[in-house]
Amino acid sequence: MNGFCIESGENAVLKLTNLYEKYGYGKFKMSKFEEYDLYAENKSFLKSENVITFSDLSGKLLALKPDVTLSIVKNVKSSAQMPYKLYYNEKVYRVLRESKDYKEITQVGLEYIGQIDLYTVFEVLSLAVQSLKAVSTSYILDISNLRFINGLLDETPLSAAQREKICELISHRSAHELQAYCSQCDIKTALISKISALSGIYGSFEKALTLARGLVVNKSMSEALTELEKVYELLKGFGMGECVNLDFSIVNDVSYYNGIIFQGFIEGVPAVVLSGGRYDNLLKKLGKDSQAIGFAVYTDILDSYFVSDDPYDIDCVLLYSDNDDAFSVGKAAAAILSKGKSISVQKNIVKDIKAKQYYRIKNREAVEIV
Amino acid sequence: MSELLNIALPKGRLGEKSYAQFDKIGYSCPEVLENNRKLIFENDDLGVRYFWVKPSDVGKYVERGAADIGVVGKDILLEYRPDVYELFDLGMGKCRMVVAGFAGSNKITKRALRVATSFPNIARDYYSKQSREIDIIKLSGSVEIAPLLKMADVIVDIVETGTTLKENNLEALEDIVEISARLIANKVSFKFKNKKIDEIISKLKSGV
Repeated sequence: MNGFCIESGENAVLKLTNLYEKYGYGKFKMSKFEEYDLYAENKSFLKSENVITFSDLSGKLLALKPDVTLSIVKNVKSSAQMPYKLYYNEKVYRVLRESKDYKEITQVGLEYIGQIDLYTVFEVLSLAVQSLKAVSTSYILDISNLRFINGLLDETPLSAAQREKICELISHRSAHELQAYCSQCDIKTALISKISALSGIYGSFEKALTLARGLVVNKSMSEALTELEKVYELLKGFGMGECVNLDFSIVNDVSYYNGIIFQGFIEGVPAVVLSGGRYDNLLKKLGKDSQAIGFAVYTDILDSYFVSDDPYDIDCVLLYSDNDDAFSVGKAAAAILSKGKSISVQKNIVKDIKAKQYYRIKNREAVEIV
Repeated sequence: MSELLNIALPKGRLGEKSYAQFDKIGYSCPEVLENNRKLIFENDDLGVRYFWVKPSDVGKYVERGAADIGVVGKDILLEYRPDVYELFDLGMGKCRMVVAGFAGSNKITKRALRVATSFPNIARDYYSKQSREIDIIKLSGSVEIAPLLKMADVIVDIVETGTTLKENNLEALEDIVEISARLIANKVSFKFKNKKIDEIISKLKSGV
């Protein structure tokens, strides 16, 4: 036994949607298809350019959604109705890195679109923590602020491609490779050591913030840290300080994020299960004058790894024979069900079903057998 | 008992040398070097579990979390690009990834260059940066024979001493990248077993 539990994907979806409704987020149901143009025009916001497309009956090019947030933002109307507090439970279609095949992925997510203040960031982060808690007993939420990294890289004369390479190396926590690569670029020695030190920062906020403070070279970096600190103090105040870590190496799947970003992990699942952050850039690109923050939970991943602490498949097995009449079998089953127990009615004992109790019909009643 | 830290070692000399490093910093498990049919070796007291895997698979074992950390050549990381943390350059198993062939054979520009290699991604990456069209011939080993039989113009391969090349009248024509052994970690294990992994890294860095 591993000492931790993970919910199955289906259970997770139920628990998560309940959680979001409790906090007043409304369900946003989307159509399966989206016009392809939306993705063609916003390629840079998608992780991969691979989109499944087809023509509708009038010849218009449609796509199976590779992303949900784009569709939500597109449909956001006047700022008068803001803020939008939404959640969704949708299928998206993406090419997975390893298999090089399209896959249907279930995404449950939450979006806040409107003016964002400290409370909003805290609410969304705390819902992210609660989402992880709902699906597992051992979890961590890693938080970063892109403004901190960008602030540092702004001090260098790097090209966009070079910055991308450096961010990739930061995401690998590869201090030695960063040293080597930065030395080839035209970067001051003092900055090189700061960049490689940044890739090594990881751990509790108390420890990591102190280390990060030593790297600050401009206002935007110190503001980024202050923001992280304030959010952390709030999370700590509500008993969530233990399960959040500061991690500048996190880079999210999609490139529309700015500011605070975060990723959730649960013990026993070797992949990101929750990912989100601020995405004001995307709103600006789509011509909406507002701000936004949100996250998605990849519930499919849970199915491959879920561990239950319940060694039983079902509460009771009710055995009957040809001699028992169908009515009494039905009545016996109903009696057990009425006690709030689950039941599998069988003619013979099925080896693969592990039940807590076994019953047989005797005198038209269910009698427990030991 | 604390949870075991799973360590994937690449079969062969590099793996033996890396185990020696782990041994030196106090994570011993002498059984590892015994010549028997066991696949997995544990030292419960120290909380470590070692296993040998094919060098090119180390990245996969670590990415999938079967191993928490592992030792792997930079060549494998560049070729397969596993989604892992590359935490430390162990400075062992040093060699170079080069373009090799008969003298001048890399200068062919009239047609697509025929490149034989076991590292198609590295080769493709290298030549696409030069906007050169190439014809990749993927081989699983002994690539040096390809230019001798005129199947390929050049090869992209690892060179340690260059003896094999020299004995066949071939030479290293262009350097692509320096290779050495790296310590990699699963991204999720790094978070949940952070203390232990941190301890190993800092001990490896200081060499004690």
